[in-house]
Amino acid sequence: MSAIGNSAIENVSRRGFLKGVVSAGAFVLCVRALPEQLHAAGLPGNARIDHSTLHPGVYLGIESDGTVYIVAHRSEMGTTSRTSVPMILADELDADWKRVKLEQAIGDERYGSQNTDGSHSIREFYEPMRQAGATARMMLTQAAAGKWNVPVSECAADLHTIVHKPTKRRLGYGELASAAAKLPVPKVEDLKFKPKSAWRYIGKGAPSYDLADVVTGKAIYGMDARMDNMVYAAIERPPVLGGKVKSFDDKEALKVAGVSQTVSIDPFQGPWGFQPLGGVAVIAKNTWSAFQGRKSLRVEWDNGPNASYDSDRYKQQMQETVRKPCKAVRNVGDVDAAFAKGGKIIEAEYYVPHLAHAAMEPLVAVADFRDGKVTAWAPTQNPQAVQETVAKAVGISKEDVICHVTLLGGGFGRKSKPDYVAEAAILSKKLGRPVKVVWTREDDIRFDFYHSVAAMYMKAAVDGKGTPTAWLQRSVFPSIMSMGDPALKYGSDLELSLGWTDVPFNVPSLRVENGEALSQVRIGWLRSVSNIYHAFAVQTFADELAHAAGRDPLEYMLELIGPPRIVDMTNVQNPNYGASYDTYPNDTGRLRNVLQIAAEKSGWGKRKMGNGSGMGIAVHRSFLTYVANVVEVQIDDAGKLHIPRVETVVDAGLITNPEAARSQFEGAAVFGTSIALSGSITASNGAIVQSNFDSYPVARMREAPVHTNVHLVESDAPPAGVGEPGVPPFIPALCNAIFAATGKRIRELPINKPKLA
Amino acid sequence: MVKLKVNGTDRSYDGDPSMPLLWYLRDELRLTGTKFGCGMSLCGACTVHKDGKPVRACITAMSTLSGAEITTIEGLGASGLHPVQKAWIKINVPQCGYCQSGQMMTAAALLATNTKPNDADIDAAMSGNICRCGTYQRVRAAIKSAAEELA
Repeated sequence: MSAIGNSAIENVSRRGFLKGVVSAGAFVLCVRALPEQLHAAGLPGNARIDHSTLHPGVYLGIESDGTVYIVAHRSEMGTTSRTSVPMILADELDADWKRVKLEQAIGDERYGSQNTDGSHSIREFYEPMRQAGATARMMLTQAAAGKWNVPVSECAADLHTIVHKPTKRRLGYGELASAAAKLPVPKVEDLKFKPKSAWRYIGKGAPSYDLADVVTGKAIYGMDARMDNMVYAAIERPPVLGGKVKSFDDKEALKVAGVSQTVSIDPFQGPWGFQPLGGVAVIAKNTWSAFQGRKSLRVEWDNGPNASYDSDRYKQQMQETVRKPCKAVRNVGDVDAAFAKGGKIIEAEYYVPHLAHAAMEPLVAVADFRDGKVTAWAPTQNPQAVQETVAKAVGISKEDVICHVTLLGGGFGRKSKPDYVAEAAILSKKLGRPVKVVWTREDDIRFDFYHSVAAMYMKAAVDGKGTPTAWLQRSVFPSIMSMGDPALKYGSDLELSLGWTDVPFNVPSLRVENGEALSQVRIGWLRSVSNIYHAFAVQTFADELAHAAGRDPLEYMLELIGPPRIVDMTNVQNPNYGASYDTYPNDTGRLRNVLQIAAEKSGWGKRKMGNGSGMGIAVHRSFLTYVANVVEVQIDDAGKLHIPRVETVVDAGLITNPEAARSQFEGAAVFGTSIALSGSITASNGAIVQSNFDSYPVARMREAPVHTNVHLVESDAPPAGVGEPGVPPFIPALCNAIFAATGKRIRELPINKPKLA
Repeated sequence: MVKLKVNGTDRSYDGDPSMPLLWYLRDELRLTGTKFGCGMSLCGACTVHKDGKPVRACITAMSTLSGAEITTIEGLGASGLHPVQKAWIKINVPQCGYCQSGQMMTAAALLATNTKPNDADIDAAMSGNICRCGTYQRVRAAIKSAAEELA
C-alpha cells in the first residue's frame, strides 16, 4: 500500500481518495507530479514547488464495473488539455477510452502545477501520466496472473482486459480492480512501457471529452455556474489603475427593480498583483438588474498618478528610448567594432500596441464565504492562484479555499489572474451569502492585464551580398513583472528570452538590448507573450534585409539562420520556457526544416504572384516548438485584405493529439489576424479607450484566413507546446506578404490604420 | 404579462419588460446554453431562433416577445441531434466551445432558408458570430457538411 523505494506512485485504494467518485474497494493509484522545473517559475501566482517533498498528484481509479476514473488537473479552455493529458495515461494503461470518465480537479498544490498556461500541459505531464498508466497496467497484469496462478510473463494487457496468452483466457480491468488494489506498487525503474507501435491514443488523438455537451448546450462554463441562494453583482471599477472611490451616490441605482444594495470594495494595497481593483458593487436578484443598477450609479474617483498615462505620449517616450543605447542582454562578438568597419547600414523601427485578451466568455465567478472558508466556482487557468489570491483577500488560509474549475470560454492568459474570483469572495464575506460577479464585455476589455505595448529598433551592417556582418536589436516594453514591483523598469529575463535573446541568427557580431519603461496599466501575459512583438520585429527586419539585397527572402532567411547547430546560449540568461536546454535545445536544423517544408508546401518561388497578391514567409521557435508560415494575401482595388491561404509547418516534437494540435494552429492564424489587422488598446488620461467589439474589433469569418493548412512534422523529440507557438510567426509572415503584394512595409501594428490599396 | 413558448413549452413572464431574453433564459429558466458575450449584438454568442429566425437574445427585450416561439440550443435537437450539431461533432469544430451555441443557431437558420450556401453566403450569414479560438474554417466546413446531409 505504501510507496516502495522512490516510486512516485502510490496505491491509495484504502485511503478514501476519490471518495464520492469511486466506490469502496476500487483500485486507486496516486501519482506525485514532480515537474523538473516549473514553467515560468517566479511569475506571480506560480506556486513554487519544493522538489524535496512528495506531492500526490493525479488520481486514477478503477471501479469493479471497469469504469476508469482519471482526475483532470489541468483546465480546459479549448486546447484539449483536460482530454489529452488523461489520454496519455489511458494509452499506457491500455484502457478503452470510451470507458474512461474524467473528474475535474479542484485547486490543490499537491497536483503540482495546475497553471494551464505556457503551452506546457503535455510536456510537463507526459512522463507522470505514462508512469501512472504503466504502473496500473502492470499491477492489473500481476493480479490476473495471481488469479490464474500463471507466470506474469504469460499475461498481457489488451484493451481494458488482461489476457493469458497461452490459453486466451481474459479478465476485465473491473474484475481485477480489487485484487490489484492489494498489490505493492512497482518501482519506477521497473516500469515497462508500451512500444510506440502499440499506442492507441498518443499520436492518434481523440476529440474533446466535452464535445457532445458543448454542441448540445449542456457544458458548464463559469458563466453558467450557480449556487443556491446566490445574488448577482456588477462592479463599477476605478477607470485608472490605482484609482480610489472619492464618493458615490447610489440613490438611483437602488431604485432599479431587482437591486437590493451596493457594497464598496477596497482598492488594492501595495503592488497590484492579482488583487481586485476595488470599486462599488451593485447587488441584485439577476444579472440584468445588476447591470442596470450599475448604470445608474454615480461615482467620483480619485484617479491617482496613473491618470497621466496617454498612449500617444508613451509611444513617443518608448521610441526615444529605443533609439539610444540601452542595457545589453546578449553579446556575440564585438558589435561596435563591426559597425565601425562600415558597410551599408540598414535600420528600422517597429511598434506593437497593447492588446486585450477578449476571450468570448467575459470574466465571471461564484463564491460562497461560510464559516471561515470559501467555496468558489470559476473559469480559471490557475486554481491554485485562486486559492492564494482569495485567501489573502478575505484573510483566511489558502487551504480553506476550495476552487472548483469549470470549463473556460477561452482564456489566453487572462484567466490565470484571479482578481475576479477574489471580488466574488470579498462580496460574499460582506453579504453572508453566495455571490456571482459578472463582468460585462466592457469590463473585460477595460480592466484587463494587457499584453505589453512594445517598441523595437533594429540595425544591421551588411556586406556586398547584403549579408549582415553586425546586428543590433533593441526592445522597450513595460514588464509583466511590474505587477509585483511597479517600479520595475526593464523587461525580465523571461520576457527577453521569448524571441529576443534567443535570436537564432548566425551573425558574427550581434547585440541584444533592452530599454526602460514603467507600466501605468496592468501588464499580463497573453497567448505567446513577448514572442508576438519580438518575432514581428526580427522576422520583418530579416525580410527587409532580403529585399534590400535583392535576394529571395527564403534563401536569405536560411543563410541568416546558418548551418544546423544548437544556438550557443553561453553567458546569456536562458530560461528556455522552464525546460532544460539539454533536453530542449534551440536547434537551427529543426528551424530550417520547418521553413523549407513551408516553402515547398506553398509553392514558394514557383507560383506567379502579382496583381495585388503576394506571399510572405516567417519562422520562429517558441514554447520549444518550431513553426514556419507562408501566408498568401490578395489586396483588392478598395484596399481590402484577403487571406486565401496559409501554410503552417509545425515541429512540436511528439504530438499527443494531432487533430487538436491542428485546431490550435488554425486558430493561431485567426488570433494572429486579429492582432495584425485591428488589435489596439490605448489609454487616454489613464483610462482605457476601447470597450467592446466595436472599438476593439477581432477577426470575423470574412477577414480570417480561408484555408490554413497545418503540417505536423513527425518527430520523436520530447513533446513541446502547441497552444501558443502558432501566433508569433504568422504576423510577420502576413506583413511580409503584404509587402510582396503592395510594396507597403508594415512596421507598426495594427495594419488597419493605412489603406493598403 | 408576456406569454411565449420556449423550446415548445408555454411560459409567461411578468418581470421588467426591458429585460433582454438572454437573461430570462439564463437566470430565470436556467437554460444556460445561450451565452453572454457582448450585450450589444456584436458577437452572436447569444443567438437563438425567434419564430425560426435568428435573433440576438442580448438585445431582444421581453416586451417584444408576446406570442413568440423561441428555440435555444437546448431545443435545437429536440428530436435527436440536428444535422448542424452532427456536423459540428464530425468536423470537430469547437475549441473552447463558448461561442458555438450561437454559431450553430446561426448556421441552422441559414440552412433553413438556403440549403446549398456557397462561401459568400456562409461569410455573410456567419460574420456576426465571433470565435476567438478561430474555428471559422471548421465552421464553414461543418455548414457544408450539414447542407449535404440535409440535401
